[in-house]
Amino acid sequence: MPSLCPTPPRWLAFSLLAAGLAALPFLVDAGLGRSWVRLLDLALLYAILALGLNIVVGYAGLLDLGYVAFYALGAYVYAWLSSPHFGLHLPFWAVLPLGASLAALFGVLLGAPTLRLRGDYLAIVTLGFGEIIRIFLNNLNAPVNITNGPQGINLIDPVRLGSFDLSQPHELLGYTFTSIHLTYYLFLLFTLGVIFISMRLEDSRIGRAWVAIREDEVAAAATGINTRNLKLLAFAMGATFGGLAGGLFASFQGFISPESFNLMESIMILCMIVLGGMGHIPGVIFGAVVLTLLPEALRYTGDWQRELFGRIYIDPADLRMLLFGLALVAVMLYRPAGLLPSTRRRREFADAQE
Amino acid sequence: MAAALLTAACGDKAQQKDGDQVVLIGQASPLTGPQAHLGKDNENGARMALDEINAAGLTLGGRKVVLEMRSEDDAADPKTATTVAQKLVDEGVVGVIGHLNSGATIPASRIYSSNGIPQISPSATAVAYTAAGYKTAFRVMTNDAQQGSVLGNYAVTRLGAKKIAIIDDRTAYGQGLADEVEKAVKAAGGDVVAREYTSDRSTDFMAILTSIKGKSPDLVFFGGMDPQAAPMIKQMKQLGMKAKFLGGDGAQTPTFIELAGASAEGALASNPGLPLDAMPGGAAFKTRFVARYGTIQNYAPYAYDAMHVLVAAMKRADSSDPAKYLAELPKTDYQGVTGHIRFDAKGDLAGGAVTLYQVKGGTWQPLETVQSGQ
Amino acid sequence: MDIFLQQLINGLVLGSVYALVALGYTMVYGILELINFAHGEITMMGAMVALAVIGALALAAPGLPGVLVLGAGLAVAIPVCVALGLLIERVAYRPLRHAPRLAPLITAIGVSIILQNIAMLIWGKQYIPFPAILPQARHTVYGASITNVQIAILLLATGIMLTLILVVRKTRLGRAMRATAQSRQVASLMGVDVNRVIAATFAIGSALAAVAGVMVSAYYGLAHYYMGFLLGLKAFSAAVLGGIGNLAGAMLGGLLLGLIESFGAGYIGDLTGGFLGSNYQDVFAFFVLITVLVFRPSGLLGVRGGERA
Repeated sequence: MPSLCPTPPRWLAFSLLAAGLAALPFLVDAGLGRSWVRLLDLALLYAILALGLNIVVGYAGLLDLGYVAFYALGAYVYAWLSSPHFGLHLPFWAVLPLGASLAALFGVLLGAPTLRLRGDYLAIVTLGFGEIIRIFLNNLNAPVNITNGPQGINLIDPVRLGSFDLSQPHELLGYTFTSIHLTYYLFLLFTLGVIFISMRLEDSRIGRAWVAIREDEVAAAATGINTRNLKLLAFAMGATFGGLAGGLFASFQGFISPESFNLMESIMILCMIVLGGMGHIPGVIFGAVVLTLLPEALRYTGDWQRELFGRIYIDPADLRMLLFGLALVAVMLYRPAGLLPSTRRRREFADAQE
Repeated sequence: MAAALLTAACGDKAQQKDGDQVVLIGQASPLTGPQAHLGKDNENGARMALDEINAAGLTLGGRKVVLEMRSEDDAADPKTATTVAQKLVDEGVVGVIGHLNSGATIPASRIYSSNGIPQISPSATAVAYTAAGYKTAFRVMTNDAQQGSVLGNYAVTRLGAKKIAIIDDRTAYGQGLADEVEKAVKAAGGDVVAREYTSDRSTDFMAILTSIKGKSPDLVFFGGMDPQAAPMIKQMKQLGMKAKFLGGDGAQTPTFIELAGASAEGALASNPGLPLDAMPGGAAFKTRFVARYGTIQNYAPYAYDAMHVLVAAMKRADSSDPAKYLAELPKTDYQGVTGHIRFDAKGDLAGGAVTLYQVKGGTWQPLETVQSGQ
Repeated sequence: MDIFLQQLINGLVLGSVYALVALGYTMVYGILELINFAHGEITMMGAMVALAVIGALALAAPGLPGVLVLGAGLAVAIPVCVALGLLIERVAYRPLRHAPRLAPLITAIGVSIILQNIAMLIWGKQYIPFPAILPQARHTVYGASITNVQIAILLLATGIMLTLILVVRKTRLGRAMRATAQSRQVASLMGVDVNRVIAATFAIGSALAAVAGVMVSAYYGLAHYYMGFLLGLKAFSAAVLGGIGNLAGAMLGGLLLGLIESFGAGYIGDLTGGFLGSNYQDVFAFFVLITVLVFRPSGLLGVRGGERA
């Protein structure tokens, strides 16, 4: 597509972006405080999760409400293999792939029996699957203690590379990199990896086949697309990213328990991709960042009220979720294809309105 | 918006105001979600103590100090709890009262510990909280093991129950307490005839109660909170069950009686510490609290004591610097409205007493206080 | 045997509540293919409004007979919920009727968060006791207990469901609803005012939700701003189990889910030799749901193009 304004050379754009991303945690730390760097870490984690779910929902059009199960599996595999719970302390580069693979396996296990289901029936089955996994994690402390039940698993190892411990502050070139700064770079690395894979998938034969299945499964099958294998592949790919994010979450938090992996979490991740713009990588990332930061930013409504009216009328904690709900509705009413929709979806939507 | 965020997030470090030094203390509990009423109660308890300390005047290191509370909503969610903990640390709080749930308290304790900020939980009971070995973690509430052993033993030896059914709500609190009760019942020679489960969202227990009824126990123990305990005892009556009902501190609340109505009569439950009315200053605390905030939901007195314990340590160290007064916290010997507060080596309540109550004539009446044999 | 009978009663009572709420989901879905996530919250609003009325009556006119007080509560709760349902449809769903399928789902989630928080601001965060205005009487049948409240729930739910079936099958409105469900475009060509039909569907669904909300609160003796979420989720599962979009399916699904939960929690321990307990009650329920859907992908009674309203 020819553009009117001259595009800057790609390398320049890339190096500017890279410099910006590298400097971001320090700018945020100086400007807003360290808790916002921590939120940035979480936003990256959710970007990975949202990109994973985007493969299932955005590309292949399979409505999955139990995505959090894969996230949970990844987190628990990490906790089992590197915490005092079983006395195992394997390095993270061995544990993360294991968690992601187990999640992928469960993705296929979930996908296989649900191939015939569509739309909302698939939604309720995946929702049930997510709940089943959570209930098992919550109850497998007896007769054999596997998950430690509702008590969760504590003192999970932080990420370590050789003697480099991510949970300790490090000095480099006169700057102090605290644990949350280092985590940011680690998560950023993984996010970039996931973005890269997503982009390659989108443009590949597989990606186009997914879109075909999403638009019309029967027609897709008629053109010779193996819908069964491709749907299973979508579930497996999405689950892999979920499992990866789970492992990162476990190492970051140091403590996991089943209550972190409830249905609301699945729904929030779905909201991220729909709100941002389904099937569109920048949109999905944007959605993840906005929905992670927005509820936290709304904590400051108390300060705003004090500045505007001189006193607090409604407790910020009470107002926070109300505004969040209003924001969800408002965005959907005015931008039903998402805040940053892909050109294709925007076109589709314009067609539908005629 | 960005500008407002900036002003809100910065400039909050212990600033000067008319020559008085402002010292920030954090409070964290669920202020939204199903447990919001309990979270607000904790906040109220801590706030009342803080206001009293300010009114009485506080001088540390020769300077007049005004305490200010930063209260945050952790939504009873482990992830939000860590975010909130980091936010409180950023804002420069010198100590934290919180969190309410064990699930939120445990991950947050790691952040307080790595920043050297003392934390006193008024209500987290999971053993794991203080077992992690953080020097900054304390609680003014008995843990599950302490309370569970008293409850299980009491059911068998004092209430004479031979066959006992145990239900828990599959939360960290309910399951932790129920497991300890089960151990203690068996140790005291009782027989656990049924172990059933529900969730912290349920209101229908007919199915598990029917199944329990078939095993005709003398006593049903429930590890969980009042919104479940109240309909549960109602449904026991509906099914015509004669077994006694015993709960932990989650059930020993005025809300339980309100919700269960006449069915509450005769129910037994425990709460750590001594009865409020029996404590010096307890009745006065209750009057002041009720006048200001309405009923005490549950843990407000513990939050109130926790705040006093924290500030007492500052007074002894003559400093609000966490690095200085943290060393004073383990030496705490404080007569609070919930009991005599001393900490053991882990930061748990030393030799915590547990009081058993029974609903008689529509109110909780204390039966007796038992020392938990560590 | 008495335990079996008791579990049957438990399951039927629980199931008829699920069925009432499930009807609201299924009616809206049948016409709009929209999961109205806010439906559970309308149930909660019904309970809250009725409670407020009952509280006011207790102050204004103490000593009124319980049935009258409860009736007054319902008489206010139903119109309030209907108005709320219509408002939600008008503001949050109608503008999105042609939007991508997931957009209205997100507004539905948003609306449900909004309703929860409004209820929290009005009625507070604590659990509210529902006064025991109906005298409880316990009857024993072959060793199993049943109370008059449980009998009332069973009768009321059955009555409402039969009426609804009659309305959909026999009245003009019912015919319009069925036509709209089959094809919105063709129905509007035939002179059906589609917007009015959709509004009527929301109104009926919300009225049912109000009744269900009051029932649930009166039965369990409490109300809370969060109570709609789990109830809504269970009812939605019930609607899917029966075949979403199908009225009889929602009733069957509701009753079945109630029975599955009841017998699941009661017998799962004995069936698995104590390996699994009542903690796996929901696993059991979801397992049945998944199995049914794997073999009958549109639910038990869900036949495409059949009777949907």
